Amino acid sequence: MNALPEPKAQTAPTPGAAVFELIEVEKTFQIRPPGRRFTRETVGLKALDGVRLRVDKGTSLALVGESGSGKSTLLRVLLGLDAPTGGRALYHGRPIREARAIGRDFARDVAMVYQDARGSLDPRMTIEALIAEPLRHFNIVPKDQIKSRVAELLNRVGLPTDAARRYPAGLSGGQVRRVAIARALASEPSVLVADEAVSGLDVSTQAQLLTLLRRLQKDMGLTLVFITHDLGVASYLCEEIAIMYLGRIVETGPTDAVLNAPAHPYAAALRAAAPRFFEPMPDPLPGEIPSPLDLPKGCRFSTRCPAAQPDCQTRDPQLGRFGPARAVACFHPLASPET
Amino acid sequence: MTAQASPLATKAPAPATNPPAGPPKSKRRGRRSIFVRRPFFTVSLIVALAYLLAAIFAPYVAPYDPVLQSYDAMMQPPTAAHPMGTDSYGQDILSRTIFGARFALIIGFFSVIIGAVGGLVIGLAAGLSGGWVEWGLMRLIDSILALPSLILAVAFIAILGQGVDKVVIAVGLSMIGPFSRTVRADVMRVRVQGFVEAARLMSIPSLQVVWRHVLPNVIFPLAVQVTIRISEAILVSSSLSFLGIGVTPPTPDWGLMIAEGRDFVSFAPWMSAMPGFALALLLIALSIVGDGIREEFDPKGRRGA
Repeated sequence: MNALPEPKAQTAPTPGAAVFELIEVEKTFQIRPPGRRFTRETVGLKALDGVRLRVDKGTSLALVGESGSGKSTLLRVLLGLDAPTGGRALYHGRPIREARAIGRDFARDVAMVYQDARGSLDPRMTIEALIAEPLRHFNIVPKDQIKSRVAELLNRVGLPTDAARRYPAGLSGGQVRRVAIARALASEPSVLVADEAVSGLDVSTQAQLLTLLRRLQKDMGLTLVFITHDLGVASYLCEEIAIMYLGRIVETGPTDAVLNAPAHPYAAALRAAAPRFFEPMPDPLPGEIPSPLDLPKGCRFSTRCPAAQPDCQTRDPQLGRFGPARAVACFHPLASPET
Repeated sequence: MTAQASPLATKAPAPATNPPAGPPKSKRRGRRSIFVRRPFFTVSLIVALAYLLAAIFAPYVAPYDPVLQSYDAMMQPPTAAHPMGTDSYGQDILSRTIFGARFALIIGFFSVIIGAVGGLVIGLAAGLSGGWVEWGLMRLIDSILALPSLILAVAFIAILGQGVDKVVIAVGLSMIGPFSRTVRADVMRVRVQGFVEAARLMSIPSLQVVWRHVLPNVIFPLAVQVTIRISEAILVSSSLSFLGIGVTPPTPDWGLMIAEGRDFVSFAPWMSAMPGFALALLLIALSIVGDGIREEFDPKGRRGA
């Protein structure tokens, strides 16, 4: 960690500059009960359950959690694709769905890099046409400058200019991600949301992309929301981290502080589960992630928690303050809040 | 301390083998002409084009008037004067076959256009709407598909009456079913893809999304379908004529000619064989051309410009 200190903590969060603010956001999907296909009754699946999150302008936030923890649903709520069924999701103090419905400003300001970068690019369009689409749609530059702006964007993400004439099928996985990033940057957004933008790539390509993203974030003052399951990526790229478990954020705070001294047992387990060089794999968490249809009573992590106490099975902890910059949803945090 | 940052923060040392140096050189290899790579496609294309040219320039290519009857030259086997022989009215079969290509191609082309356009509209509507509209449209399509296209065309002919234009409409209508099914399947495949959602995320109006992203990804497979189904349309129209309910005599239509020669097939086999051979050759050529186009323009194989 000492090797890479510089990009973090460059902007002290100023109060009132929240780009996104989620207050007790809930998202319940009505589904048929599993195993009963011919019934009309539905049960509520709580994909998000009381999410509190605040993303300040210019910060970078990593959203970390297992599969099925609600990361993607949270993302869809942040982007205004799904309306929360409870609580409030705000963008600059205004409900996100409303902000999206009003006009193109939200769509222009919040850009997205998809996990499936190749699928997010129309296979029948050239790279130039793909990057030109947001340029044209949001009237970023006059028509005659589109070509040069596309070249500039390609250059910025480290692709050769002649890539503009090719189709996505002719590019490698890493190149396609760069195109997706260039396309996201084309609308000159202030917020970049990236869903697993570097997963599934080989390590050297990952490193290049992460360096690129960090540089872009620094140069353009982007607010970055980065969804990942890789703690290494999170610690390299993001100042803030939010760890999700079963639809709730269980711990947030500055990445370094959280990862060095995790307070929530789940955060500690995640941290311990990261593979290390020259060490045997640590024992995984016992048990499976419970079904969101059948949440355990009390704390949702109590069934797998190594430090569960009797009261954990009866009361549900909320995300509460833990020191000046952190918050944790646990009655018996592992670390003591720094003063 | 070591774990979370190490593999990513430090630039990974270069692997022993060089990373693939992009795809710049390899694309030359793929540029070899389709005509060299696919000899059967080339031959079939030449055959199909020959038919097309013969159809367009029929009055100049054909040695005789296709409906000129001659008592002096009845049921002659192939000779130098009549390379494909003559039929029971003394009409020159070569000339009739050449003019027949005209009707075959006109009927095939226009009926497929009707089928493709109708199928595109219904398929798009069904694929994009969902709910009751889709359900209703698909049951309609199912009911069309329940009957073979020939039976359906016979039914439409029964309503519309005979004649070339009626055959075009009947065959075209009977082909809407299969077309709309494939279009709908393509629409459903395309509309759940990431780039459609990405466009929606950019708050591009949905009609524009359909026009710019859904339609191009649907129209190319449809175009391939068109080339393949032209042969089916020709076959159905010839079958109608053979059954005597398509075009009316003395129009030089292959199906009609085959039917006329049927009574004399034991001692004048060329009367049915020649138009039959012409029909078979065209259908095979069109099928191979269609397959070649389908394989060549598969989007998965499409690489740099």
